Amino acid sequence: MEHQADHLHRQLPPFLVAKSNRRRMIEKLTQVGVTLGGVLVFVALLMIFLYLLYVVKPIFDDASVKPITEISLQASAEAPLMLGFDEQNQIVYRVSTTGAVSFYDVVSHHLISDIQIPLATGVKVVSSSLASASEQLYALGLSNGEVLIAAIKFSVSYPNNQRQITPVVDFPLAAKKLVLAHDVADLSGLVFGYNPQQVSLVYQLGNDQWQLTRFNREANITTDTAAWTRVQTPIAHAPKFVTQQLMTPDQRQLLLQSGDNLFVYDIQHVNAIRLLQVIDIKRDEDKVSMVSLLAGASSVLVTYQSGEVRQYFQVSSEHGRMYQFIRHFDNTAHVATLATEFYRKTFATISPQGLLGLWYTTSNSQLLNQQLALTHPQAMAFSPRSNALVIEANNKLHLYQVENSHPEVSWSALWQKVWYESYPEPQYVWQSTSATEDFEAKLSLTPLVFGTMKAALYAMLFATPLAIAGAIYTAYFMSAKLRNVVKPTIEIMEALPTVILGFLAGLWLAPLVEDNLPAILLLLVLLPVSILCFAFAWFKLPLAVKQKVPELMQELMLIPLVLLVGWLSFKVSPLIETWLFDGDTRQFITHELGFSFNQRNALIVGIAMGFAVIPTIFSIAEDAIYSVPRHLSNGSLALGATQWQTLTRVVLLTASPGIFSAVMMGLGRAVGETMIVLMATGNTGIMKWSAFEGMRTLAANIAVEMPESAIASSHYRVLFLAAFVLFIFTFVFNTVAEVVRQRLRERYSAL
Amino acid sequence: MVTRYLVKTGNRELVGLDFRWILATNIRSRIEPKDIAIIERSKNGFFYGFPVAVVENGQRLPTTDKQQLAQQLAANISRVSTLVDEAKSLQKHDIGNINYQLEQLRLDERADKLNGSLTSAKQHAYLAQTEALQQSYKILEQALFELRAQASRDSIVMLDMSGKEVSLKLNTVLDLTYPNQLNWLQKLAQWGSGLAKFVVDDPREANTEGGVFPAIFGTVFMVMLMAVIVMPFGVVAAIYLHEYASKGPITKIIRIAVINLAGVPSIVYGVFGLGFFVYMVGGSIDNLFYPEALPTPTFGSPGVLWSALTLAILTLPVVIVSTEEGLSRIPSSIRQGSLALGATKAETLWRIVLPMASPAIMTGLILAVARAAGEVAPLMLVGVVKLAPTLPVDLNFPFVHLERKFMHLGFHIYDVGFQSPNVEAARPLVYATSFLLVTVIVALNLTAIGIRNHLREKYRALES
Repeated sequence: MEHQADHLHRQLPPFLVAKSNRRRMIEKLTQVGVTLGGVLVFVALLMIFLYLLYVVKPIFDDASVKPITEISLQASAEAPLMLGFDEQNQIVYRVSTTGAVSFYDVVSHHLISDIQIPLATGVKVVSSSLASASEQLYALGLSNGEVLIAAIKFSVSYPNNQRQITPVVDFPLAAKKLVLAHDVADLSGLVFGYNPQQVSLVYQLGNDQWQLTRFNREANITTDTAAWTRVQTPIAHAPKFVTQQLMTPDQRQLLLQSGDNLFVYDIQHVNAIRLLQVIDIKRDEDKVSMVSLLAGASSVLVTYQSGEVRQYFQVSSEHGRMYQFIRHFDNTAHVATLATEFYRKTFATISPQGLLGLWYTTSNSQLLNQQLALTHPQAMAFSPRSNALVIEANNKLHLYQVENSHPEVSWSALWQKVWYESYPEPQYVWQSTSATEDFEAKLSLTPLVFGTMKAALYAMLFATPLAIAGAIYTAYFMSAKLRNVVKPTIEIMEALPTVILGFLAGLWLAPLVEDNLPAILLLLVLLPVSILCFAFAWFKLPLAVKQKVPELMQELMLIPLVLLVGWLSFKVSPLIETWLFDGDTRQFITHELGFSFNQRNALIVGIAMGFAVIPTIFSIAEDAIYSVPRHLSNGSLALGATQWQTLTRVVLLTASPGIFSAVMMGLGRAVGETMIVLMATGNTGIMKWSAFEGMRTLAANIAVEMPESAIASSHYRVLFLAAFVLFIFTFVFNTVAEVVRQRLRERYSAL
Repeated sequence: MVTRYLVKTGNRELVGLDFRWILATNIRSRIEPKDIAIIERSKNGFFYGFPVAVVENGQRLPTTDKQQLAQQLAANISRVSTLVDEAKSLQKHDIGNINYQLEQLRLDERADKLNGSLTSAKQHAYLAQTEALQQSYKILEQALFELRAQASRDSIVMLDMSGKEVSLKLNTVLDLTYPNQLNWLQKLAQWGSGLAKFVVDDPREANTEGGVFPAIFGTVFMVMLMAVIVMPFGVVAAIYLHEYASKGPITKIIRIAVINLAGVPSIVYGVFGLGFFVYMVGGSIDNLFYPEALPTPTFGSPGVLWSALTLAILTLPVVIVSTEEGLSRIPSSIRQGSLALGATKAETLWRIVLPMASPAIMTGLILAVARAAGEVAPLMLVGVVKLAPTLPVDLNFPFVHLERKFMHLGFHIYDVGFQSPNVEAARPLVYATSFLLVTVIVALNLTAIGIRNHLREKYRALES
């Protein structure tokens, strides 16, 4: 083409050259434009693929920890009790065992304030204790028998539109101190639980008797003040040698670790304290080094000398809710200190040599294993938003930035059974949101993929035989006149909005099927049988009669039969119901057969989605059969084969790749169908193959949850992953189908 | 076998239940009272009862017979409905317009502040404008209250099912009919007016009553916008595949891409549209051009433009396949003739091929529109809402608001049929909406098939 144009150009007179140049330019521009447009289609598909991948990728990224800075402490500082940050990670604080609090500015390393707890002369701190990480509370037991509870608070103000954070140490109790008893001088092993209405303190007196003291706030309405009432009771038969003691923040359970046993007490009611369980945490030669509570305080983490960490939580059993060993984490380095996040189930371990490990309990995965430039860490804490970590070692505070956005999502959590807290056993669960605050999202894609497969399977069971048989008849036997009506009708059927199909299935078909279950079951059997009988009868009819019936009538002859059988089935349905199923098929299925029965179930979805899939399969299969070259079948017939032999041995065999690709295309459509499944099932993530129960599919799940998910959250990204999975599913199906079809087309043209 | 009847009871404020099941065996007698009336109301659904009198300004109008009462009722209802319509239009258009302008002023001022170009002179100007608008707002509000007061002057006294007299404000009454007095012609007229109301009215009572006009408008507008977007791309891609592409691996890949675009589930397009168009592109547009409105998103939230774009990608293969089919039906002798006469390839394309293929392109477009009109799943993510307060087109500058959310017939079916608090009451509406949607889509498809068949015949004649 190009060459010809040049050739032409040389022979043109000069006054035409300008015009010719313009024409050449338009030619070039059109070519470039059109090519760009063509490539754009490919780009669009690629873009969808890449964008989905781009959103999904961060959930599989590893966690990372980067040093921010180091802050030197005063040389004489006492041992640390608690470390922490404010919400913005601008201020880091350190509480010593005597209760002194130092606030440091993260950027400038300045000591912002150093607050000593005011104590009367001669009074010393004899015991100190921490609440759970998210509360930022600590308690000091004093030598005069008093207990003092202090909270770290940050007040935010905006002078001159600049955020300013002022740290304070707050004493949440009005009187500042709770008096245990005036003669108690030697309390030790203090633990506490605090909320504005109730405070519980547990401690050991003189290394002997364990005591629980509970204070309840009673508001006096007339004077608008509050008084604290005190109840005290000993904890009977508690072990004397206790290494570590913990109390859950809801003040319901007390855990005392003594040697290889963990004693669990129910302390919800002061006058009914009882020993719930003694957990044997013995592990051969390995000694227990530490016991801690995970965020949410439902799980206990037991750390051993060897570095192994074991998780226990309460599981319902015949003796009530009992702590049970759940899983262990293969840590091989001795754990110097362990920190838990405020809200998520992540915890961090660090060895004396500075080897930091980040672990996520639920998915049982190690997120990070990194050597830090420090030794002999003494304390460690996460920031409130879990994006920073502070470690005290060698009189220095080491600050690290933590990148760990999606610890709960891992390959195993998405596809394998996971044992969630307070579940009786490992399960596949999809439960992304809940009303309660300390809720752990359960993001297993398995039930959704299962639901997708189930819906697609039932739809294909319904659609494939009908569509393929229909395609064979239309392409091979039907007269051209009727075919010209049938093909466009099927095309219009394909164009029918799925929302209409779903609506009809959900509001009309589902109640209909529920009321006439025997009829539907009867139809499944009766329809094929009656059609075969009718065909046999027709075959036996004398030829003279057959020839009298016009061709069009012959083709439409089955329609009245189908209608008649359908009408009959519905008519006898109530009779069968009273005769066979005690008058109520639903009850019969639930009680006698043991299936549960949902009105919107897989059967409904199968029929409704079958209708959506039939046109896809039909039109492609019909095309494939119809375009089998005529001379092939003619040759076969000429050689003496019957119509049936020709059909099964020649036509179908030649067209089989086309039929296969039609089924693939149909499957692709069934897998991704949204509205029908959304409207015709209960959308519950049940994992049972029963036809009388519903399912929740990937597509419907996306449609339901996507509008509510927060952008860039784990939930959002997992939903994108669901979309990506769907994309890949259908991509594979469609590509295989298309490649097969292209090959077939080439073969036909070669024939 | 016992027959059960599902009976609509109406009179919601008196009974509470809208529907109840009644066993046929429990029915003692049935009557069809001649002068029972159905009142369609803007609140609380239908009222069934016997009209007794009209009350004006708290005074019962004297009535001699039922004929006169019916006339009085008709006159008063038409008076009140004019007033109510006036009030509605005042509130929607004039007051709505002022509110829109006030919001624009606030945003302009905020934009100036962000730019640092807010001088005190400008500030005064803004203040003055705001004052002026608020003044006219007050006047309009006065007029609105006036109209409403006038509309609430009358009421109607009805005898309810227990024989008690109930007074209903006429300003909530939309229509009053005596169903048992109608002959079949009047019934037909009644049905026709009901149909008209269904098409042109706004929905009421959480979409379970009234019409579906905003949904029709939203669907049509979104689909038209989509057609404008998808048309050039689809046609160009088809031309490339059929006229320019050589038979190589690249063409094969593009063909597979087209098939895949057609086969990717629509919900995946929705997810892509939400992430890419709404959050990424829309978010960037907001940061660049609408920083004054932040943190309220302008284009960074689902809207009609993003819906149209998302559906444009979804329907791209439809246009491509159809156009390509049209192109392949044009005999190559025609192309060769054009080239032989010295036309360049581009000229042949523009002057010969495209005009001949235009009915096929039209077919593709119609099929794409039909597909888009019925698609719901992706729209649930990128712009459809159950109740949009404003249409995407109105009389406020710039008249077309592409960032607004819209209502859609398909989503309306899903929402009213499955999410509505009163599914039973909404059922007729769902069926009607479904029927409307199916009619539109089947009509579109039949048109497309018709054009295509006509085209086939034409080219068959050309070839021979």
